[in-house]
Amino acid sequence: MTQSHRIDGGLIDRTKTLRFTFDGIPYQGHPGDTLASALLANGVRLMGRSFKYHRPRGPISAGSEEPNALVELRTGARQEPNTRATVAELFDGLEANSQNRWPSLRFDAMGINDKLSAFFAAGFYYKTFMWPKSFWEKLYEPIIRRAAGLGSVTREEDPDAYDKGFLHCDLLVIGAGPAGLMAALTAGRAGKRVILADEDFRMGGRLNAETLAVGDASGADWAAAVLAELAAMPNLRLMTRTTVIGAFDHGIYGAVERVSDHLPTPAKGKPRQILWRIYAGKAILSGGATERPIAFENNDRPGIMLAGALRAYANRWGVKVGERVAVFTNNDDGIRTALDLRAKGVDVVAVIDSRPVGDLLPGIRHLHGAEVIDTSGKLGLKTITVRQSNGATETIAVDALGVSGGWNPNVNIHSHHRSRPVYDAGIAAFVPGPEGPPGLLVAGAAAGQMSTHAALKTGRDAAIAALDLGTAPDLPQAEDAPVRISPLWFVHHGKGRAWIDQQNDVTVKDVKLAKQENFTSVEHLKRYTTLGMATDQGKTGNVIGLAIMAELTGRSIPETGTTIYRPPYTPVAMGALAGRSRGKEFKPFRLTPSHHWAKEQGAIFVEVGNWLRTQWVPKQGETEWRQSVDREVLATRKSVGICDVTTLGKIDVQGTDAGAFLDRVYANTFSTLPVGKCRYGLMLREDGIVFDDGTTARMGEHEYVMTTTTANAVTVFRHLEFCRQCLWPEMDVQLISTTEAWAQFSVAGPNARKLLEKVVDQDISDAAFPYMGAGNITVCGGLRARLFRISFSGELAYEIAVPTRYGDALLREMLARGAEFDPVVYGTESLGVMRVEKGHVAGGELNGQSTALNMGLGKMVSKKKDSIGMVLSQREGLTDENGYRLVGVKPVDPNGKLTAGSHFLEKGAAPVAANDGGWLTSKVYSPHLGHDIALGYLKGGDKKIGQRMRAVNLLAGLDTEVEIISPHMFDPEGVRLRG
Amino acid sequence: MIIHHPILGPRDAQEFVYLGDASLIDRPDGMTAGVEAFHDYLYQRTNPAGEHQELWYHEQGDRSWLVVTRNTVTHEITKVELARDVARARGRTK
Repeated sequence: MTQSHRIDGGLIDRTKTLRFTFDGIPYQGHPGDTLASALLANGVRLMGRSFKYHRPRGPISAGSEEPNALVELRTGARQEPNTRATVAELFDGLEANSQNRWPSLRFDAMGINDKLSAFFAAGFYYKTFMWPKSFWEKLYEPIIRRAAGLGSVTREEDPDAYDKGFLHCDLLVIGAGPAGLMAALTAGRAGKRVILADEDFRMGGRLNAETLAVGDASGADWAAAVLAELAAMPNLRLMTRTTVIGAFDHGIYGAVERVSDHLPTPAKGKPRQILWRIYAGKAILSGGATERPIAFENNDRPGIMLAGALRAYANRWGVKVGERVAVFTNNDDGIRTALDLRAKGVDVVAVIDSRPVGDLLPGIRHLHGAEVIDTSGKLGLKTITVRQSNGATETIAVDALGVSGGWNPNVNIHSHHRSRPVYDAGIAAFVPGPEGPPGLLVAGAAAGQMSTHAALKTGRDAAIAALDLGTAPDLPQAEDAPVRISPLWFVHHGKGRAWIDQQNDVTVKDVKLAKQENFTSVEHLKRYTTLGMATDQGKTGNVIGLAIMAELTGRSIPETGTTIYRPPYTPVAMGALAGRSRGKEFKPFRLTPSHHWAKEQGAIFVEVGNWLRTQWVPKQGETEWRQSVDREVLATRKSVGICDVTTLGKIDVQGTDAGAFLDRVYANTFSTLPVGKCRYGLMLREDGIVFDDGTTARMGEHEYVMTTTTANAVTVFRHLEFCRQCLWPEMDVQLISTTEAWAQFSVAGPNARKLLEKVVDQDISDAAFPYMGAGNITVCGGLRARLFRISFSGELAYEIAVPTRYGDALLREMLARGAEFDPVVYGTESLGVMRVEKGHVAGGELNGQSTALNMGLGKMVSKKKDSIGMVLSQREGLTDENGYRLVGVKPVDPNGKLTAGSHFLEKGAAPVAANDGGWLTSKVYSPHLGHDIALGYLKGGDKKIGQRMRAVNLLAGLDTEVEIISPHMFDPEGVRLRG
Repeated sequence: MIIHHPILGPRDAQEFVYLGDASLIDRPDGMTAGVEAFHDYLYQRTNPAGEHQELWYHEQGDRSWLVVTRNTVTHEITKVELARDVARARGRTK
């Protein structure tokens, strides 16, 4: 039996057959089908189980508002949970599965929840799982989490790509129904750049689901003709399968285009989805309206649908949902469903019209003043019970029921800037309020203009108003029926459950309970009952819920008000938000000029900010990192070592006020620095805390080269620009970052000069290039370079810089020409060992909480001139004599272990916060001294040199007796670096 | 958000880095003002629900610091100036 419920007509391609499975059972459908329409065509109404009560559920809608028919699509890495069957486009080979059921959809063990529903009312969790408190985390929450939730995600990596894109237009039209098409046509013919976006795979909106004529054609044909004209316009971009998800600031809209969701796998080179950022001069929201149901007992059985959805399945997809159909309505639109279905040959057994009087439909049993009070059918609708106007009840056998409680304009995007919708009693629904997002106009049903004529007219007028157009197309003839509705929100009958929000299983009873417990404001109602908090954001349920609350509290609906919406309009896949920023692309690496050389040597790398730096370079036979690092340190101190320091920030500071400028941004003085010399600089934040440090050289009278730490290269530059532009705009000073322009290497060790003499063209003897010298030189016979005689390691050391593209060559040249000195290339670990041995501060000490005084550099802060941070560094509290001071630390027993993060305690003191004396900031093993050494901040540390304390780390299980020593642990007199 | 750069025209806010209240331009002179004045300069801010002058840095652009007048409630931007011009207008020139 295939497609037992397929009837004539519809916008599907019957010449092609698509095969698919649902819960393993094979079915057939056609191009143009959604998963829901194809399943319904095969007589399948049951598609899921509800969230809380595990009630059997089928689709209630034919669009993105669907709360029930959530399924898992595909398998393996592409398995995707919680997809609405009503918008999932059918493709050949689609595998779909129901979710939230065990062992099967027809028999779900958790259906027991439905029998226990009395215990699961709103607020149940809050009240029930209060005590004992400790049970929550260990017992209650895991059980609840297992029982709740819907689909499951794949554990495999998503094999598809997601893109981000940027578009600009004069007019963005959101929704391609009659209003949107007319707006796009109006603006397009006027030559404006227009984007028309629609979430559906076929544009036309309700015109595709109705039998109404537009002009001389059917609505669907008129839409197709307009789309053909628009598609031919070079200034118009049609975006099907594209959901505008939100209105953001200044005319920026987000949109998700499902490029390949309707294909088994994306075409080669194509992404699965694209997240668009659309910059729109103006926008028109023409997103139509969503029908809402009426709440009555057991109104959630498969086969009970929105009346407009029944009609859409018949007209657009050629599907009759049932053999015997009834319609329950409070407005004329329900009547339209009955007439359309009958015209399709469907047996419409009754129209239950809650309005007490009105015209009778010829040839259909039309009951006025009647209501549906109950239904039966465990896995699908079998009967409805109708209470007639005289009070008599009657049970009618039907397998489908269309319900229409009126239509809610899709105001969602209009309220994304917190505009409150206002109630329009004429259509018994909320329409967009004043003050929506600037530049966003609303047209058609989204604006409460419910007839086809009104949609066409307001669409055209909105385009004219938005773009200030002089001419516009004529409007085609179309129906202009008034909305005739007599509000009915829920049927007063009995004690059973009547669903409002089917996705979160919220019933009329829950609203009553919320009222009883005084959660009567709409915001409290929402949060207490979870009404509208599911992934559908209550598109079908919210208004009923608040209208019931209004009725219960005796307030009007405008007095009760409504909650509003936030982006996204429909759920967005995380992959679309991430785009290409995943895996390595999430945070690309910057590579140093020596990277390729280091990789050839099998170097180990470490992430430093965005950089990938060499951490150490193992030699053959070295199995443990310490072996490599100890060797690098010892070889450097014995002969010579080379380290890539390109990552340090480099900023050229030029201008007649360059020196004066540096005096203001550094705590110490630079205007007095002679040309051709370097100086260590300490930079404070305005609050007096140390910001950064580095060496700055004066290359000419008005030209300095500043270096910053790797970590702060960007923020220091930003700060300097702030000082230059905002604080001292009168200064003649220019800045440019040259971090990327120069490859820079530290060459350190007793043979550093001898090695450099092999590549440097000029005389760099101690006399010609003394300690802290700086200058422009050439290397290897004429390549421009910079040389600085500065040392982080404590050795005779230089930093040599060449244009970045020569960095790799310079390194290889130094190693080759200086081979007789047996040079090593060392990484960040050895760099760290040598700087700790020398007591130089780095990341652990430059922690954003420490002052120059803490670092033992208090005297560097000149009071003779104004500089950033100078005044506030003198604050009480930052100048405490017994505050933290940088100290060196060594274990009393050379085998004693230290670790960064250990805290200083007096001998015999309990390891509690009150006894805390400070902490170790950096720890290394010194191969020279043969034991661990560390730097640390110790309260009053400068007065405790020579004392013995303990370094305690309870997490690492360390309690080591230590001696407090000077931080300058290696060559304190600096004999070597002046060598 | 879109910031209308006085030199470069409309630019996406993603290109900018936000700093904060434009009163940070009004730094006291460290040689004459004391700790109190600097404390107020650095820590005292108004927190208006409405029009706010604030500093944005065009880091992914021309490196201009801008003073943006933005409504903190609606995000409407009514004025964008070069911070350098604002600083000069406030007398930050010798």
